[in-house]
Amino acid sequence: TLAERTNLAGVQHILLVLSGKGGVGKSTLSTELALALQKAGKRVGILDVDLCGPSIPRMLRVQDSAVHQCDSGWVPVFVGQDKAIALMSIGFLLERPDDAVVWRGPKKNALIKQFVTDVAWGDLDFLIVDTPPGTSDEHISTVEALRPYRLLGAILVTTPQ
Amino acid sequence: AAVAAQLSLSLAECPGTGSAQAGRAAACQGCPNQGMCAAGAAGPDPAEAAELRARLRAVRHTVLVLSGKGGVGKSTFSALLAHGLAADETKQVALLDIDICGPSIPKMMGLEGEQVHQSGSGWSPVYVEENLGVMSVGFLLSSPDDAVIWRGPKKNGLIKQFLRDVDWGEVDYLIVDTPPGTSDEHLSIVQYLSATHIDGAVIVTTPQEVSLQDVRKEINFCRKVKLPIIGVVENMSGFVCPKCKNESQIFPPTTGGAEKMCQNLNVSLLGKVPLDPQIGKSCDRGQSFLAEAPESPATLSYRNIIQRIQEYCEQHHSQEEKIM
Repeated sequence: TLAERTNLAGVQHILLVLSGKGGVGKSTLSTELALALQKAGKRVGILDVDLCGPSIPRMLRVQDSAVHQCDSGWVPVFVGQDKAIALMSIGFLLERPDDAVVWRGPKKNALIKQFVTDVAWGDLDFLIVDTPPGTSDEHISTVEALRPYRLLGAILVTTPQ
Repeated sequence: AAVAAQLSLSLAECPGTGSAQAGRAAACQGCPNQGMCAAGAAGPDPAEAAELRARLRAVRHTVLVLSGKGGVGKSTFSALLAHGLAADETKQVALLDIDICGPSIPKMMGLEGEQVHQSGSGWSPVYVEENLGVMSVGFLLSSPDDAVIWRGPKKNGLIKQFLRDVDWGEVDYLIVDTPPGTSDEHLSIVQYLSATHIDGAVIVTTPQEVSLQDVRKEINFCRKVKLPIIGVVENMSGFVCPKCKNESQIFPPTTGGAEKMCQNLNVSLLGKVPLDPQIGKSCDRGQSFLAEAPESPATLSYRNIIQRIQEYCEQHHSQEEKIM
């Protein structure tokens, strides 16, 4: 659809932050990378596809924000200095922050597709996609949904052990 | 025009593709699987449930090790709990690793490269000691770097096989190590283990708020599926320098750590385990940290926690016996 082609059309580079292993610092790196790029004058967005354990909203201190809708879809939450970082996370869609999202694969896949095609990102130099640990539904669906767009590549995070 | 959209996801739980509510629950609206589920079987296959019950009949106690957060030490704790319980040679211990994408247990137990053998009575667990058997997808891979890139349904199928086809024999303690999250693996293991009974869950965290916020969700998950919570373990809780003996908070408990969370949520804090670099080393080398560093403060903490878990299970069991 036109909307699908519009929502990511203004994004120059898409970066995936992956690991396999949990707790190695994917979300931390995604956040710091976004902040550093923004400081360097780039327009940045973060898409948090960790549906069970979304960490990005708290890391950027916007955990109490809400998502609004507009004609082209969902409006990302703007954070950072000058509100210049665009963010989308399931964390913003929970009624209460401690609510568990207890979903099986198919439902997770449907939301991830929406996150990729229905968020009105606007013009971004970089969209950083933070992922949960593993090589499963979230990862397969994210890569599949991002295939038609400018996927630059993946950064893999680990610890020494 | 911008319209506020607060999507209510707190009640949006998948009832389970095998449940009687499959495709029919409120949460099923909008799920791409809804049609398939609604058209499918009316409920869980009774023959399957009977098979699982038969297989798990000889399991006395089952403990799930959960977190919500990754990298906090679930597998480390599961391995040490197994070693700790198996130190009593009269007890038969089984360690089941249901982290399909990132199975850590084979390496931690020194069993990398081992394979699963089949016999007439089913799949044979891999034995570390005579009284300590292990099962993991890691044993089914041709190479340790092979990625298991499976969607939920396939993972669920393997978890069911682990419970149905593995010949565990008589088991005093079945410990189940899980991946981070609250998804397919967690829903499935609770569903399949309803054929036996689960004593409870041990939830692992680190002191930082970023971990606790995921762990609170896990506690809510346990409450939703009526899984008793034995208690919470706080790992990486302080570091004592072996040279100057000064204590540092590597992961500062900016919001009060597990202690405050447990108070707020009325769950038991089983113990706090300090960071000891030997723990990671022992895990990498497949050795029991408890055996390699018996004098470490971390070992003392682990042993206390293991004892509390044992007491919980034994007390629970004797209560059940009284009822029966």
